[in-house]
Amino acid sequence: MTKISLELGSGGRLMRDFLAAKIVPAFRDPLLGELADATHLPGGIALTTDSYVVDPLFFPGGDIGTLAVNGTVNDLVVAGAEPRFLSLALILEEGLEAEVLDRVIGSIRTAAKRARVRIVTGDTKVVRRGQGDKVFINTAGIGRTVARPRLERVRRGDKLILTGTLGDHSLAVMLARGDFGLRSSVRSDCAPLVFLLPLWRAGARWMRDVTRGGLATVLSELVERLPYPVLIEEDAVPLSRPVRAASELLGIDPLYMACEGKAVIVAPAAKAAGILARVRRHPLGRRAAVIGEVQDRVGRPGELLLRTAAGGLRLLEPLTSELLPRIC
Amino acid sequence: MCLAVPAKIVRLEESGQGTASYMGSEVRANFSLVPRARPGDWVIIHAGFAISIVDAREARETLRLFKEMAATDRR
Amino acid sequence: MKELRDPAVLRRLLDEIGAKAGLLRRTPRLMEVCGTHTMTLFKHGLTPMLAEAGVEMVSGPGCPVCITPNAVHEAAIAAVTRTEGLTLAAFGDMTRVPTRKGSLQAAVPAAGSRLRIVYSPEEALDEARREPGRQVVFFGAGFETTIPGIAYTAKRAAAEGLRNFSILPALWLIPPALRAILDAGEIAVDGFIYPGHVSAVIGAAPYEFVARDYGIPGAIAGFEPGDMLLGVRSVLDQALAGRAEVALEYGRAIGREGNAVARALMDEVFEPFDAVWRGLGKIPGSGLRFRAEYAGLDAGRRWGMAAETAEMADASDLAGCRCGEVLRGVIRPAGCPLFSKRCRPDSPLGPCMVSFEGACLIHFKYGPVRRARS
Repeated sequence: MTKISLELGSGGRLMRDFLAAKIVPAFRDPLLGELADATHLPGGIALTTDSYVVDPLFFPGGDIGTLAVNGTVNDLVVAGAEPRFLSLALILEEGLEAEVLDRVIGSIRTAAKRARVRIVTGDTKVVRRGQGDKVFINTAGIGRTVARPRLERVRRGDKLILTGTLGDHSLAVMLARGDFGLRSSVRSDCAPLVFLLPLWRAGARWMRDVTRGGLATVLSELVERLPYPVLIEEDAVPLSRPVRAASELLGIDPLYMACEGKAVIVAPAAKAAGILARVRRHPLGRRAAVIGEVQDRVGRPGELLLRTAAGGLRLLEPLTSELLPRIC
Repeated sequence: MCLAVPAKIVRLEESGQGTASYMGSEVRANFSLVPRARPGDWVIIHAGFAISIVDAREARETLRLFKEMAATDRR
Repeated sequence: MKELRDPAVLRRLLDEIGAKAGLLRRTPRLMEVCGTHTMTLFKHGLTPMLAEAGVEMVSGPGCPVCITPNAVHEAAIAAVTRTEGLTLAAFGDMTRVPTRKGSLQAAVPAAGSRLRIVYSPEEALDEARREPGRQVVFFGAGFETTIPGIAYTAKRAAAEGLRNFSILPALWLIPPALRAILDAGEIAVDGFIYPGHVSAVIGAAPYEFVARDYGIPGAIAGFEPGDMLLGVRSVLDQALAGRAEVALEYGRAIGREGNAVARALMDEVFEPFDAVWRGLGKIPGSGLRFRAEYAGLDAGRRWGMAAETAEMADASDLAGCRCGEVLRGVIRPAGCPLFSKRCRPDSPLGPCMVSFEGACLIHFKYGPVRRARS
């Protein structure tokens, strides 16, 4: 690879290969090597960072500001940390309207309050017109370690709980771009997952937020490191009506569509019902469902399988490149 | 190569463009290939073009057939 | 339409199919020639269920991505990487095919240029209208389902005198390909499942030669699992009665006469020529190219890609790739030694593993039921 392609940024296999080939070896640090959502540091704190380059800046249900807060907050939550502080670095393009910036900052403030984090440090840079896409944001987050989830603790029989419907964020952004002449009532699900923190003490073994690449990608990464295959029931996966419609119209698979406020939780079988009930009590978790299981009746270790609504079995691969609408 | 869905025409414009509704979502499409279609008709939409008008009676008949098959099976 | 997916109904149809297949002298082999049909079969696990019922399903060249020679994909890549200020608009399906120059998706565009995934050719036309200073090339690939929309777009562009819009055509016709497969005689096919949405445009008549000249029964089928089983059942009924015809099992959506308006538009803008299909070679009358009056819209001509596209002698598949044989139904994906070993979705060596409708990708994803090692 001599030049960076857009495809690399889509978060799939290409990105992971890039990290493994270029980033990890450059620093050779055991803390980095884990490539977790957030890293637990000595002293009981966790650190994470993320950059936000979404286009368009505003979409139904959120904007780059809400993303910048919730994305980083959620990385901490699913890694086992209570989010406390964020840094906020803005890279602004010359010519950006002040009113747009005001809206974004207002969203950041509202989101931070909702997630109960404080913005405590930051930076602002301005680049020449044409050298940045209106606003780029980076946030780093610091949280208090409340759990140290380890994949080694995942057992056969553990259940997978999805906290809500898939793909709403992805579709909201697509539509806000005016892509594909589609209109619907869909809204991004961008939200803080702080309400999941108590689940660490309720027995949750592992969590991941379902972002770029969608559920299939997130679970592929999980199953790669497990000695058992994972089976998902297609019928059990909650989908909103707009996402169902768009996926049939455009041929995009909701299992690969990004969310910004949903997580998958691995829970021991005995605790699953209780954990599910707790998630469902929260407004953001009303559509939560048990969608699958770590098992060994079907499939081979390292495989992520989907039992289709018609009873067939399908192998799910991680997303290798950008999500595409199809005509075929 | 045949990904297409049946959608109900909501609005037709002079230009041949219009909107159709599918499971509560609205899609813009071009209806020039089915000049006899009217708002309220169901059409098959592929790659942004309506290519065929659904025969409502045949559709109902097919559904009835399948419902029957499902029912007799559960006896 | 969930009745068309009702497992109890599907079971009942499969039982009927099993009974009928049992009365035939040998296991019937049915070919479908539409990637969306392949997808339906696999997504709903119909292929193994049909096999159990005594019917063998085989996929033909139903994937426009797969049969478009690499030279055309490479022409699209050349357009976006060599020319500045150009938008290459394409259907998502086309952008991941691996060529000697990588894939369209991985290509790094020239300054000010970009690749844009569109759902409809009209989106490309809209961009050309909105940005008169920008060149927009639409990579128009597809079968008869898609061609009328592309023809319409071309006609509008010409009528509006748009100087900054052109189309790189990769347009393929199904009936000539059927004839080529039958004449090649590589595999024995006992029946065809015809593509429901191609038929929405061309109707039933273009397949009649299969029944008349080759004595092979067929049925036009829709895309729900129930639709396909109705199609299979119809073909078996014909076989048992010693009849061969083109049955219509998708009457709710299409008519036997197809869409005359769409066909007239196709005919106005394009003319047939002997096109080269990946894996099948040159097939008489199997491709469409711009008629002289519309030649100004041909991106191949405008961007000097005519040589590359006209050449189309496709020796550019990666070594060992047997997509061609898969496309002709001669081997199943598992029959290719590279399948699932060196050729996998994340490291595809040929388009059949890349396209969402490629037989190899579908077989890989949906494969035979995997049981745990005990």
